[in-house]
Amino acid sequence: MGNHHDQPPTNLAASALEQVVRQHWGRLVAALIKTLRDFQLAEDCLQDAMESAVEHWSRNGAPRAPAAWLLQTARRKAIDRLRRDANFRRKEPEISALMALDRETALEPDDMTIPDERLSLIFTCCHPALDEKSRVALTLRTVTGLTTGEIARAFLDSEATMAQRLVRAKQKIKLAAISYQVPEAADLPERIQAVLNVIYLVFNEGYAATEGVDWVRSNLCEEAIRLARIVVQLRPDLSEATGLLALMLLNTARIPARIGASGELVPLDEQDRGLWDQARIGEATALIRATLKASTVGPFLIQAAISAVHCEAKSSDTTDWRQIVLLYDELQRLTPNPVVRLNRAIALSYAESPDVALAEMGGLAAELSHYQPFHAGLADILRRCGKLNGAVAAYEKAIALSSNASERAFLQNRLKPLRHPVSPTF
Amino acid sequence: MQYIALIYTDRDLEPKPGSPDFGPYMGGYMEANKRFRDDNVMVSGEPLEAPSTATTLRVRNGKVETMDGPFAETKEQLGGFYIFECPNLDEALKYAAMIPGAKHGAIEVRPIMMLQR
Repeated sequence: MGNHHDQPPTNLAASALEQVVRQHWGRLVAALIKTLRDFQLAEDCLQDAMESAVEHWSRNGAPRAPAAWLLQTARRKAIDRLRRDANFRRKEPEISALMALDRETALEPDDMTIPDERLSLIFTCCHPALDEKSRVALTLRTVTGLTTGEIARAFLDSEATMAQRLVRAKQKIKLAAISYQVPEAADLPERIQAVLNVIYLVFNEGYAATEGVDWVRSNLCEEAIRLARIVVQLRPDLSEATGLLALMLLNTARIPARIGASGELVPLDEQDRGLWDQARIGEATALIRATLKASTVGPFLIQAAISAVHCEAKSSDTTDWRQIVLLYDELQRLTPNPVVRLNRAIALSYAESPDVALAEMGGLAAELSHYQPFHAGLADILRRCGKLNGAVAAYEKAIALSSNASERAFLQNRLKPLRHPVSPTF
Repeated sequence: MQYIALIYTDRDLEPKPGSPDFGPYMGGYMEANKRFRDDNVMVSGEPLEAPSTATTLRVRNGKVETMDGPFAETKEQLGGFYIFECPNLDEALKYAAMIPGAKHGAIEVRPIMMLQR
C-alpha cells in the first residue's frame, strides 16, 4: 500500500537521482567536457551537482526535467570551481561560455536539449594514444558511469590501481591535448576500429564471467551493448558498429541456455533453444539484414551473421552449416588467422563430415598447439570419426590447457565414456 | 599547444652519406621541412651530431661529474628533434608521421609544458 510514501524524502530523492544518473551519466559528462575541456573537472562538477540534488529534491521533489537540472547545476558548480582556481584568468573563456549556456537554459530547462556529445567522448576515451586497458577503464567510467570500484572488480584490479590508471589517462588527455571530437573521415575507419575493440573487450570480459556469480562482471555484457547502441544510434552508417551490436545481442540471447542446472557449461548443440531470448535474436537479425546491404561488410558483421544462422535454427541438425562454412571463408579472406580456420573446420565437420574436417585440422596443429579450443575441437571430431584413442589424448590435452572449472568438467564428462566404454550386456 | 617530436633512430639502419639511398633520404627531410613551414606548424627542428659526440653530466654533492657518451646506451638514439605548434595531439602526430626517421626509427611526441607568464 503505497509504502514508498513512508520512505523519508531523502531516500526517495536519492533513488530518483540514481535512476537519472544511471540513464544520463554519459550524456551529462560529455556535455560538460565539451565546455570544460577537462575530464576530471567535469566529473567533479557532476558529483557536486548530485550532492546538491539530494538536498534540493528531498525538499521540493524531483524537478520536471531532472537531467537538465543536473547539467545546469553542474555548470554553475563549474563556474564556482573555475573562479576559485588560482589560474582563473586563463579560464575566462570557459567561464564566459558556461555563463552563456546558463542564460540560454535558465528559463526552460528540458532534458531533450542536452547536447549529445557522447560520440566525441567515446572517441576520446578510445584514442590510440592511450593504452588499451586505460581506454577500456576510461570508457566505462565516463561513458557508462560505472564507479572506479566496479571497474576495478570487473578487471580484477585493486581499486587504488584502477583509480591511478584513470587519473593518469585523464591527465594525459588534458596535458597532451587529445582532441575531443569525432575524427575526420580519413581517420574514421581506424579510429572506429579502436572504439569497437574496446567495446568488444568489455563484452568478452563480461561474457567470460557469465557462468560466475559476480554480477558486476557479467553485467559488463550489458554495458558493452549499451555502448554499441550509443554508437549505432548516433552513426547508423558505420556497418561494423551495427555488426558488433548484433553479434553481442545474439551471444547474450543464448546465455540463459549456456549454463545447466548444476552450473555446468552446456554446448550449443545440447542447449534448450526455448530458453534463448527471441526478442534479442529478432532485433539482431533485423539489424544484420538491413546492414548486409551496405557496401562494406566487415568481420564483426560476418561474425554476427554466423551467430544468426545458429540462432535461427530449430536444432543443431537443422542448422545451415554450409552457409556457416561460406561465412567463415569470407571472414578468413578479411582477417586471415588460424582461429578462423579452426572454426571453419568445425563447421565443416557438420556441413560435410568429421573426416573431411580432420584433414583440415591437421594443418592447424602446429600453429594452435597451445590453444585449448583447438584440442577440444579436435577431440570432438576424432570421437565422431570413431578414432577413440586419439580422442582420449586430445581431451586430456584440452583439459590440461583449460583454466576454467566448468569447461574442465564438461570435457571430463565427454572423456569418461571413451576411457571406460560401456561393455555390451549379454 | 607546442609538441616536441624526438627522433630516435638506429644509426646503423640509416642511409649513409655516399650510398644511393642517402640522397632520397635527405630529400625526404627537405620535403618534410617544406611541408611543416608551409602549414605553419614548425617552431624549430634540428638534427644532432652522433651520440658518440655526446657528453653527459651530473652534479653530485656540488661536484660536476662528466661522462663520455649519451645518457642511455641503447640501440636507438636521439638523432634530432622538431618542435611543432599544433592545436591538438592528433595534428602533432600527423606531422610527426611525416618525419622520414619514423620509417626505420621511432618518434616520441611530448607536449611542452606551458609555464605561466
